[in-house]
Amino acid sequence: MESITFNIDNGYLDGIVRGFKSGILSISNYLNLTQCETLDDLKLQLAATDYGNFLQNEPSPLATTTITERAREKLVAEFQYIRQNAGPELAKFLDYITYSYMIDNIILLITGTLHERDTHELLERCHPLGMFDSIAALCVATNVQELFNTVLVETPIAPYFEKCLSAQDLDEMNIEIIRNTLYKAYLEDFYEYTQTLGPTTAEVMGEILKFEADRRVINITINSFGTELSKDDRAKLFPTCGRLFPDGTSRLAKADDQDQVRLAIELYSEYRKFFDQGPGTERSLEDRFFEYEVYLNKRAFLQQFHYGVFYAFLKLKEQEIRNIVWIAECIAQQQKERINDYIPIF
Amino acid sequence: MALYGSTYAGYGFGTLVTVVIAYGILDLIVNGRWFNIAYLIETPSPYFWASMGIGLCIGLSVIGAAWGILLTGVSIVGAAVKTPRIRTKNLISIIFCEVVAIYGLIVAIVFSSKLSNAIPVSGWSREALYAGYAMFWAGLTVGMANLACGVCVGVVGSSCALADAADPQLFVKVLVIEIFGSIIGLFGLIVGLLMTGRVTPFK
Repeated sequence: MESITFNIDNGYLDGIVRGFKSGILSISNYLNLTQCETLDDLKLQLAATDYGNFLQNEPSPLATTTITERAREKLVAEFQYIRQNAGPELAKFLDYITYSYMIDNIILLITGTLHERDTHELLERCHPLGMFDSIAALCVATNVQELFNTVLVETPIAPYFEKCLSAQDLDEMNIEIIRNTLYKAYLEDFYEYTQTLGPTTAEVMGEILKFEADRRVINITINSFGTELSKDDRAKLFPTCGRLFPDGTSRLAKADDQDQVRLAIELYSEYRKFFDQGPGTERSLEDRFFEYEVYLNKRAFLQQFHYGVFYAFLKLKEQEIRNIVWIAECIAQQQKERINDYIPIF
Repeated sequence: MALYGSTYAGYGFGTLVTVVIAYGILDLIVNGRWFNIAYLIETPSPYFWASMGIGLCIGLSVIGAAWGILLTGVSIVGAAVKTPRIRTKNLISIIFCEVVAIYGLIVAIVFSSKLSNAIPVSGWSREALYAGYAMFWAGLTVGMANLACGVCVGVVGSSCALADAADPQLFVKVLVIEIFGSIIGLFGLIVGLLMTGRVTPFK
């Protein structure tokens, strides 16, 4: 029934988002970009695409960080446009998407305050999509309890903190545990929420979020080899909304090296190919994860009347910005051997 | 808004069921009869049934057409922001939806021309009763068919606009799907006119 009621609130924004998606750089655009010799050439080539004159007002020696910032500003402006025009259900969905950026910002501010960095500098480094009203007050508090009681209890991500209130001290290791516990709670909550939004959204977002959960499980496992994170603690950080739960996660929690990880993943046909070391495949695991994520996000556009297109658009544009930055860095450092290692989208 | 629609439908249905059961109980207490359907059908005059049919015909057709235009229109507006070239071509989808309302209008006009003044002489005549019932059900048929057709053309029209914005070659192909969808309304029209074909204006 959603095909006859979705357009009432969301039809216009669906059309807008598909318009934005048609402007995502294609392979021919990337070929032009990789043949640029300097960053000014890159700027000229980007002016012919949907980006237009976004770098017009920058002073002449262009830096890659400027390109990143301007491209991200453009993406944030598009997202804010959609968010401002959204009906109630879509607004809640888009807010859920911003919670992950809020978590990143909070962790950034806590870490920065611990190392006594300047408040304004930290606030400038926060992701614009994850800003909320009282974020500046985070720089003042000194321990997690006080932080929670004064600032975080009013934010929408307060429920996610209940799972990690036991982390009382703030050294380096525990910050990462706080981040991963928050993200686990957020991902599970988001997954449950998308399952209530109608069958198409549930299917499309379910696929994407399951892969996100499994990707985090694999990354946490591999990154925790050689650290003093205990196996129980590691298992507590695994999100449970993926395909790997419960069988794969219990095996990965006990894994000690790369081979055991491979054995555990063998049973899951979608993920087996990430660990195949065939000839001529030099892509790292991270790159293969990105490729699969792009594939799932592209598939979201093949169905109509669901909310997944908004999420997929955001993620594809982020991947595009990563690609542009990669190409820009290769050009700036004159190391063009690996310039073709970006991930093509369309 | 879709949420509000479903709660209204819920309240409406609940109220309807309550009223029907309350009427049944009242009738049982007062008149000693429990849901005498034949009484309910035979007592109202054929004028009631015929007029109701005409009302349902045009009403449901217009709801279908409006729903279809709503579904298609927002997609055309949204997609045309990035690709303005689709604006004029995709108005065909809106025209297909509008045609559905016109079918309902035609049938309503044809039916209302079959109504004429008649005086019941010891009960209604057989032709009058036939006319009443035929026009009610024919009107309902045409209305429901046009409702389904309008919604169908609307959904396909929305997809047509988005597909056209992405790739111009897809427009004609998706339009063929829309044409098949709009034939549904035509079927309703044909059946409605067949059902009331033998209704004489003597009523």
